[in-house]
Amino acid sequence: MNIVVLVKQVPDSGSERGLSADDKTVDRGSANNVINEMDEYAIEEALKIQEAHGGEVTVLTVGPQQAAESIRKALSMGPDKAMHVVDDALHGSCALATSKVLAAAIGRLSPDLVISGAESTDGRVQVIPHMIAERLGIAALTGARKLVVDGATLTVERQTDEGYEVVTAATPAVVSVWDTINEPRYPSFKGIMAAKKKPVETLSLADLGIAADEVGLSGASSAVVEAGKRPPRQGGTKVTDEGDGGVKLVEFLASEKFV
Amino acid sequence: MLPTEEAHDLLELVRQIADRELAPRVADFEARGEFPRELLRVLGRAGLLGLPYPTEHGGGGQPYEVYLQVLEELATRWLAVAEGVSVHTLACYPVATHGTDEQRKRLLPDMLGGELLGAYCLSEPSGGSDPASMSTRARRDGDGYLINGTKSWITHAGHADFYNVFCRTGEAGPHGISCLLAHAGTPGLAPQARERTMGLRSSPVAQVVFDDARVPADRLMGDEGTGFRIAMQALDAGRLGIAACAVGLAQAALDYATDYAREREQFGRRIVDFQGLGFLLADMATAVSAARALVLSAARLKDAGLPYRVEAAKAKLFATDAAMRVTTDAVQVLGGYGYVADHPVERYMREAKVLQIVEGTNQIQRLVISRDLATG
Repeated sequence: MNIVVLVKQVPDSGSERGLSADDKTVDRGSANNVINEMDEYAIEEALKIQEAHGGEVTVLTVGPQQAAESIRKALSMGPDKAMHVVDDALHGSCALATSKVLAAAIGRLSPDLVISGAESTDGRVQVIPHMIAERLGIAALTGARKLVVDGATLTVERQTDEGYEVVTAATPAVVSVWDTINEPRYPSFKGIMAAKKKPVETLSLADLGIAADEVGLSGASSAVVEAGKRPPRQGGTKVTDEGDGGVKLVEFLASEKFV
Repeated sequence: MLPTEEAHDLLELVRQIADRELAPRVADFEARGEFPRELLRVLGRAGLLGLPYPTEHGGGGQPYEVYLQVLEELATRWLAVAEGVSVHTLACYPVATHGTDEQRKRLLPDMLGGELLGAYCLSEPSGGSDPASMSTRARRDGDGYLINGTKSWITHAGHADFYNVFCRTGEAGPHGISCLLAHAGTPGLAPQARERTMGLRSSPVAQVVFDDARVPADRLMGDEGTGFRIAMQALDAGRLGIAACAVGLAQAALDYATDYAREREQFGRRIVDFQGLGFLLADMATAVSAARALVLSAARLKDAGLPYRVEAAKAKLFATDAAMRVTTDAVQVLGGYGYVADHPVERYMREAKVLQIVEGTNQIQRLVISRDLATG
């Protein structure tokens, strides 16, 4: 089974993040850039399927030149090769345009299965896997906490707020995963060394037959109009129990819509 | 300073694993005295249990200069784990450097592969500093050897998968000693109850009794009678490992004490701004840097294939004495808080003590150095 794993480079969610002042896109210059955390679970799931069923695992990244570093890190975990779509015109692309580029790249690889993280920690729109599936005309099994491969049938436990749903589809399909699905492995030292020699195919928009004005800020279907800093945390509320502590606690929880 | 880009990548991997897997668990495991066997497997799968050995046999092909910095990094988070890696690496030394090509091909890939753990049996109840007088015997019996005797202070006893056993096969003195590699499951090889140690409580240490324990003759390392030389050479390398562990431990104590002194206020000022404490911290920081420089200097001699025995002894002596002093002073910086288990510095101080004893006491290191001076 040949698998494509979508890997995105994002600013480390543990450090201070922001939008650049000029065009309100994600500021990649001031933060430490890392593999999107959820994508590590996608890589792990792909490797587990490969170990059980054979085939090839390809990492696919759309992102600036510096994302090559994250591709190497992803390859050090074990995937066989990578494809990197890099083009200055991509800067500021919306989800729709990004999904168009990803779908075109996936089309060249013709995998049986596409696995992605359920969301990225910068954009957090969660719609890319659905959009890719729609563009490719294949099934989308999203938000998986468990994935079982049985021949050409995929069965997924889809995590919801209330519990989970069991959904199935035939390959080819797109599956997005949450961090409940597995425990990603560490790269090994040998894996790090081997990753330096693994093939990374670099493609431009022209290679994929996509015009520059279909993507980027100018081709975006949505725009960031305004952005502000998150307000500072408010001080907590101290409840002094004068016989009515329970009532006050419930009032507080109700006011915050917890109950 | 690291010599290659791959060494940078390696250290980054080590820091990631140390931060995520070791640092959050060390206090609980030490308090419970539980051996983190599974964590050593995590390190093994990452390729950290055979770093200084050739890649053709499954090792990492790294110079000692790099391997020791890995140990230092691990020791800043969890000394028992770093010491475990050092002991395992020591236990692979006899096969890697004195085994035949056939033995290396047959044995090393599993030993360096990350799933197995080794032990090194040299000391005996009657003495550790004078191993040439050892009484554990191995007598030839058909196509194997039968070992009888008792070994002491065996790290990983009861958990190791293989044991290097130094035992007497011939005459009295150093030339009658041989090195045998025993499987953990060998009938007659019996690890005893764990010692109740002052520190490093997550590291199992015990006696191992050998009662007609049979080891096949094809697991003799080197020739009969060369065991003492193998043991001493292995210890030269092992001493650098312990010295690197000492640097890491001292660095951890320095960092903790420094952070505390920057936060803690007395008489309306941060205590780090009082010269008495600031100078104490300055001496601690200088000792750590000097120890690290000495360790890496000895390692580079080894990597260049030059004699390094005396420099390794100096590095072990200086780094472990420095760790004892720095950890003791870290307790002093924290005052009463340093004496309670809510902060790690009392543990650091207990742990430092053993480093002045293992892999040759610091008196033995001085003996090595002074004999070299005497003979010129």
